[in-house]
Amino acid sequence: MKQKFMSKALAATALASGVLLGAAASAENVTLTIESWRNDDLTLWQDKIIPAFEAKHPGIKVKFTPSAPAEYNAVLNSKLEAGSAGDLITCRPFDASLALYEAGRLSNLADLAAMGNFSDVAKSAWQTDDGSASFCVPMASVIHGFIYNKEAFAELELAVPETEEEFFAALEKIREDGSYIPMAMGTNDQWEAATMGYNNIGPNYWKGEEGRLALIAGEQKLTDEAWVAPYETLAKWGPYLGDGFEAQTYPDSQNLFTLGRAAIYPAGSWEISGFNTQADFEMGAFKPPVQAAGDTCYISDHTDIGIGMNAATANPEAAKTFLSWVASPEFASIFGNALPGFFPLSKTPVELSDPLAKEFVSWRGECESTIRSTYQILSRGTPNLENETWGASVAAIKGASAPADLGKELQSGLASWYAPQQ
Amino acid sequence: MSSARKRPFNTLAMHGALILYTLIALFPVFVILINSFKTRKKIFREPLALPDAESFSLVGYQTVLKQGDFFLYFQNSLIVTVASLALVLLFGAMAAFALSEYRFRGNLLMGLYLALGIMIPIRIGTVAILDLMVSTGLVNTLWALILVYTAQGLPLAVFILSEFMRQVSNDLKDAARIDGLSEYTIFGRIVLPLVRPALATVAVFNMIPIWNDLWFPLILAPAEEVKTLTLGSQVFIGQFVTDWNAVLSALSMAILPVLLLYVIFSRQLIRGLTSGAVK
Amino acid sequence: MQKPRTRWHILVFLAPAVLIYTAVMIFPLFNTLRLALYSKIDQERVYTGLQNFQTLFGDPIWSEQFWNALGNNFWFFLIHMLVQNPIGIALAALLSHPRLRFAALYRSAIFIPTILSFVIVGFAWKLILSPIWGIAPSMLDAVGLKSLFAPWLGKEEYALTTLALISVWQFVGIPMMLIYAALLTIPEEILEAGEIDGITGMSAFWKIKLPLILPSIGIISILTFVGNFNAFDLIYAAQGALAGPDFSTDILGTFMYRTFFGFQLQLGDPHMGAAIAGAMFAIILVGVCIYLFGIQTRMRRYQL
Repeated sequence: MKQKFMSKALAATALASGVLLGAAASAENVTLTIESWRNDDLTLWQDKIIPAFEAKHPGIKVKFTPSAPAEYNAVLNSKLEAGSAGDLITCRPFDASLALYEAGRLSNLADLAAMGNFSDVAKSAWQTDDGSASFCVPMASVIHGFIYNKEAFAELELAVPETEEEFFAALEKIREDGSYIPMAMGTNDQWEAATMGYNNIGPNYWKGEEGRLALIAGEQKLTDEAWVAPYETLAKWGPYLGDGFEAQTYPDSQNLFTLGRAAIYPAGSWEISGFNTQADFEMGAFKPPVQAAGDTCYISDHTDIGIGMNAATANPEAAKTFLSWVASPEFASIFGNALPGFFPLSKTPVELSDPLAKEFVSWRGECESTIRSTYQILSRGTPNLENETWGASVAAIKGASAPADLGKELQSGLASWYAPQQ
Repeated sequence: MSSARKRPFNTLAMHGALILYTLIALFPVFVILINSFKTRKKIFREPLALPDAESFSLVGYQTVLKQGDFFLYFQNSLIVTVASLALVLLFGAMAAFALSEYRFRGNLLMGLYLALGIMIPIRIGTVAILDLMVSTGLVNTLWALILVYTAQGLPLAVFILSEFMRQVSNDLKDAARIDGLSEYTIFGRIVLPLVRPALATVAVFNMIPIWNDLWFPLILAPAEEVKTLTLGSQVFIGQFVTDWNAVLSALSMAILPVLLLYVIFSRQLIRGLTSGAVK
Repeated sequence: MQKPRTRWHILVFLAPAVLIYTAVMIFPLFNTLRLALYSKIDQERVYTGLQNFQTLFGDPIWSEQFWNALGNNFWFFLIHMLVQNPIGIALAALLSHPRLRFAALYRSAIFIPTILSFVIVGFAWKLILSPIWGIAPSMLDAVGLKSLFAPWLGKEEYALTTLALISVWQFVGIPMMLIYAALLTIPEEILEAGEIDGITGMSAFWKIKLPLILPSIGIISILTFVGNFNAFDLIYAAQGALAGPDFSTDILGTFMYRTFFGFQLQLGDPHMGAAIAGAMFAIILVGVCIYLFGIQTRMRRYQL
């Protein structure tokens, strides 16, 4: 009894002081808090992005408070539920953020003028299925491909592979030589195999958007050749990965490559800034090899990160000011150059200075872009196609299951809840 | 000394077994500590080598110290741990005494009720706890953490302490009652000193998860001023972190204070244990 | 002995613990477990009775994961019972030997892993067992057993056992300390009485000490049981939320966490998560009841 009364009294006091503070804040300084999973970028936000914003907008202070990626979803959801989350929320693409919007946690930003700076494709990762509401400002996309050790390639007199045949020939040659591990990837953390494996090379098989949309529409199945073939290719990767790759973690792979012990790294462009500081040899990049010379190439240019407004924020005006600034070319230029490998999505092209990042982004002109096949709509139910793909990619690389069986398994899982595939 | 203790016992074998196990216990800690002082290349090339003039590097520590006020974090962790422990021990011993000493209606039921908490991980209740802390305005205060850890520690404390208190001789207490001592005095002067080993056990049991917890600080008190040491060093141990110098340094910095605390506490603990035994 | 008047002191003794415990633990927990009886349909929370449990046990997608996690959990527990507790008892028996020198040093050192956080333990062992950085392989090589090495944490058949042994390594200090404390409380007279009958050394341990510390072993067993069926952190820190490879290290705690809070693209489902938590609760409750009513009451209590 007494306790209940106490907690109510305390709550009332807290509320009252909150209101008072809020009122005082609108007249004086406002502090905005950003929730994010990018703890790697903490210094960048503190040293570059936030000072640039605060210089332009005196009176608004910004705090960047990231948590570890593995805990982000759980932490964010708990805080939102209880009302203690920050004003601005870094958005994962597609359903995770859509669910937040539908639950009324994120505000609709469709009427934010600065949203006009983005193409429809860029915005699609953070829209309702009918496109009527946009709830996050797109920040960046990441591109898949392979990063290689230029010195190792020169030493072994290897040419950059264009086709799959050349790719495996190069791997074979590196293995025969023996001074480098041909390719740095492990299966311990599982997502590497799916993200840097399956979704990296896959678009060339299912023809990018064409296949992805057909799968969503139910016109193609995961048992089709286009969706099984990437697993067959992954199965051939196994012998070229380092000894004990089954227990190799993601940081292990990164370190193997940057220490110069592996020649090729199946990559996402987000690695660039980290690799630049850690590797002391020259690096190059090549896009996922096509099956036959002259084929159209497809790349995964995945909308990966956006930022939205907590619907319960006490400072909606200041938050919108910040979001408009994030949508501006100024932010795009700071962000794109400070974090090479995260490519800004705004319509105004950004001049990038990093050679490796330039290489990646140049593929946008040569190839057809698509996003990861499992992210939109198909991972809404249980079993979740993205997570199933992790397991399937690992099984393919280890040779634990036949590719055709993996296709069957994934298809039956998807069909169990997704109507167009039933 | 009794004659049995002088019997030929294979002392050498005993020491051998203990030394072997001690090495197994300390080896991983040793690996982390030595590598935190080495350059990145040497960590990977020779993970077992001691840092020497050539490979010695403090770059990891520099990165870590730039990132936050580790002294403040340490202070926060210390306050939270000590305050929660004190509350758990005091309230837990009081409740255990009531349960083990008196016969009253609902005694067994109350015992079971207090034991329920051992069986469900408290994390499941996170959202409701956060709600409670938000509505009482305790979010981002050390009190939020202290309350949660106290509640989390109580069931086990009551369980262990009442188990031990049942073993305290009745004659002693009855004699005290005849002398006219109050129940509070009997609890404080007679029973508490006798269960000191159990108190020490409960303290150690609780100290570790509280000090090492990442979850509740992250959710209930993520603000800079109330960050705990574990949360402060967690920034470096995320999924996407490759800077092993920083990771190893952060880990070492998280280990060292606990080691130090433990060395200090362990004397107390052992004294508690032995004085309980001597009677 | 009992006085008839209202005994306020009982209330005073119980009140603080009961109040804090009820408000901060029981109330939030049951508020959450209640969710198991609801489902979210079109943003609305609808009461659906036991339907979530039906899904959990009836739908093969869920039930396979559940039984897999439960089986793994029993294996995890078994290893702790068979490895951790005997080693703990053996160490305590050695340490309590009255003429042992450096006992305090050994005791402190062996307890150190217990005070480390899961993050540190997970990271350190992954580093040591890594097939790439080679601390374990090169050490095995040095004693000529290189062929025994395998990437244990990455193999379905070894990963869980490896993690269980890491957990044993971390927590062996707890049974050791508890048993040690119990051994120290055995009165000198009893041992001396045994000596007069010619019971010394190892046989004194088996015939006199062991029966006397049985209650402590009982407590340790039940604590191990409860701890293991609530375990989560180590596996999460070492293998991630999907408890790889191929769910071979998935235990109830990781299964519940993944379901409740969601993961990557998988949205959290508090209702199914609460249903799993309810099942965990039931399992632990059954175990504790077996202990309380089946084992503990049969054990003789020695009042000292």
